[in-house]
Amino acid sequence: MGIVIYAYFGYFLSHRTKNPPPTPFILHHPYERPSICVRMKRYSIFSLARNALNYHQGWQKAWRSPDPKREYEVVIVGGGGHGLATAYYLARECGIRDVAVVEKGWLGGGNTGRNTTIVRSNYLWDESAGIYEHAMKLWEGLSGELNYNVMFSQRGLLHLAHSVHDLQEIGRRGNAIYLNGIDSEFVTPEQVREMVPFINLNCRYPILGALLQRRGGTARHDAVAWGYARAADDLGVDILQNCEVTGFRIEDNTVTGVETSRGPIRAKKVGCVVAGHCSVLAEMAGFRLPIESFPLQALVSEPVKPILDCVVMSGSIHAYISQSDKGELVIGAGSDAYLSYSQRGGFDVIEDTVGPVLELYPIFSRLKMLRQWGGIVDVTVDRSPLISKTPVRNLFFNCGWGTGGFKATPGSGNVFAHSIARGEMHPIAAPFSIDRFNTGALIDEGAAAAVAH
Amino acid sequence: MLLIECPWCGLRDQSEFTAHGEAHIARPDTPGELDEQEWGDYVFFRKNPKGLHYERWVHSHGCRRWFNAVRDTVTDHIHATYRPGDGQPDLSDEEPDQPS
Ligand SMILES: Cc1cc2nc3c(=O)[nH]c(=O)nc-3n(C[C@H](O)[C@H](O)[C@H](O)COP(=O)(O)OP(=O)(O)OC[C@H]3O[C@@H](n4cnc5c(N)ncnc54)[C@H](O)[C@@H]3O)c2cc1C
Ligand SMILES: [Zn+2]
Repeated sequence: MGIVIYAYFGYFLSHRTKNPPPTPFILHHPYERPSICVRMKRYSIFSLARNALNYHQGWQKAWRSPDPKREYEVVIVGGGGHGLATAYYLARECGIRDVAVVEKGWLGGGNTGRNTTIVRSNYLWDESAGIYEHAMKLWEGLSGELNYNVMFSQRGLLHLAHSVHDLQEIGRRGNAIYLNGIDSEFVTPEQVREMVPFINLNCRYPILGALLQRRGGTARHDAVAWGYARAADDLGVDILQNCEVTGFRIEDNTVTGVETSRGPIRAKKVGCVVAGHCSVLAEMAGFRLPIESFPLQALVSEPVKPILDCVVMSGSIHAYISQSDKGELVIGAGSDAYLSYSQRGGFDVIEDTVGPVLELYPIFSRLKMLRQWGGIVDVTVDRSPLISKTPVRNLFFNCGWGTGGFKATPGSGNVFAHSIARGEMHPIAAPFSIDRFNTGALIDEGAAAAVAH
Repeated sequence: MLLIECPWCGLRDQSEFTAHGEAHIARPDTPGELDEQEWGDYVFFRKNPKGLHYERWVHSHGCRRWFNAVRDTVTDHIHATYRPGDGQPDLSDEEPDQPS
């Protein structure tokens, strides 16, 4: 009852507006604070009520929008979730507050704001368990830590098995996950039906079983970027939007700064977290990466009443679906089969996704799809990320998260921050070095991560 | 979806083709003498350019032959396709594409 009242009034309060303020024609987030340092006011039910009385005219900007300084101790390139999280943990846990995040567009405008928001930690290999479970533990306290509701919802996540091969895959992986101390359960088709009553168990892709991670679920992607940005800004990090890195300053094989569209910025260390554009940045620094970039698409339906309260993934036929809190069905499609930076994707890929979705869930056949979009994902051959030193001293790269890095955002930022601060890779990050493609120590998550999000 | 000009069959729908990544990577003559650095670079490291990409395709559901294409990875505009063994076409005169 209390929750219902809270939910009702919370909604009422947060939607109480008199005249909506004129749409600001600015490229920044509309709630930026002035550049002078004003301490961040905390969000709470009381601040919500107080601001509702004032028709929401009095909210403080969520972060400042300063001009770039000439020099920082650390520059982070890329204002997606991973870059912003890195800056936050540098300031919060490593004592380095002289940090800038340099973003060519707007915060979260890359894959962070384009993904299907699935969070899980059920990967096969120990190294993966290390990083994804580290992230999961951070997710579990994140809204409180950031004082920002990232809407993390551990609604449970099913991986369907449609063939004997699939059953063997989830069998092997499920046991490996369990041995790593991470929750993982096998469920029968009947149990799947209990969770998703309208699923078609005996269709062209019969459901023979599933792997369930109850702690898996979703989070609100934009809120993750904004929450980290606000908390990092409060610790003194400068967030520089509309600032594109166009080159690196390298002296004596050591990075000393970046060239940007807003002028040169010197830095003692640089962390590059630009997802699909990592090869472009690597080329500027004079080396290549074991990565290719592809468009990956997603689509959402018109909003409907609550019908699906868990995430259902199906790797072998490529159908991922969940329902957002707004009511839209969120569907992850595949990636195009050729390298591309056209942030769009082919229509055939959508068809290949929608077909199996309707086979599994005929009830959705008359839903209208509202939006479709693509993001450029940075894919490695072993489907594991790169969190690594590079051939250039003091230049670090964090990329290669491909189709599935949203779930890792807090963990990735956390270990990357510690690695940059210390100049040595954090033990959880160490196995993900670029070198592994030369030494042969690949972390082959093909089955668990290749197409899954 | 793209329309692709197979050098043998002519213009066909992309669904008949499969892409195989960067072209003109020569297999080392003496693999046994490479160290792990060189071998890893050969097998895994790629240009992955934002712009003109020289790449291999195979007409899997057609003549099944391999060929090369030059495609702008920003617009997906295919500037040329050519048979293996033919030299890389010179595209230096072409105007760069304007991304959409
Ligand atoms: C359709 C789709 C669905 C997905 N679904 C899931 C999912 O369900 N679960 C999951 O875990 N993952 C998913 N992913 C993957 C996930 O989105 C990414 O791995 C993750 O968001 C990467 O975060 P990031 O911060 O590294 O990159 P991004 O959010 O892409 O941030 C990189 C930033 O770098 C900036 N940048 C680039 N070049 C420059 C430059 N020269 N100068 C300055 N800034 C620059 C970009 O503008 C961008 O904002 C999905 C991806 C897509 C596209
Ligand atoms: Zn042909």
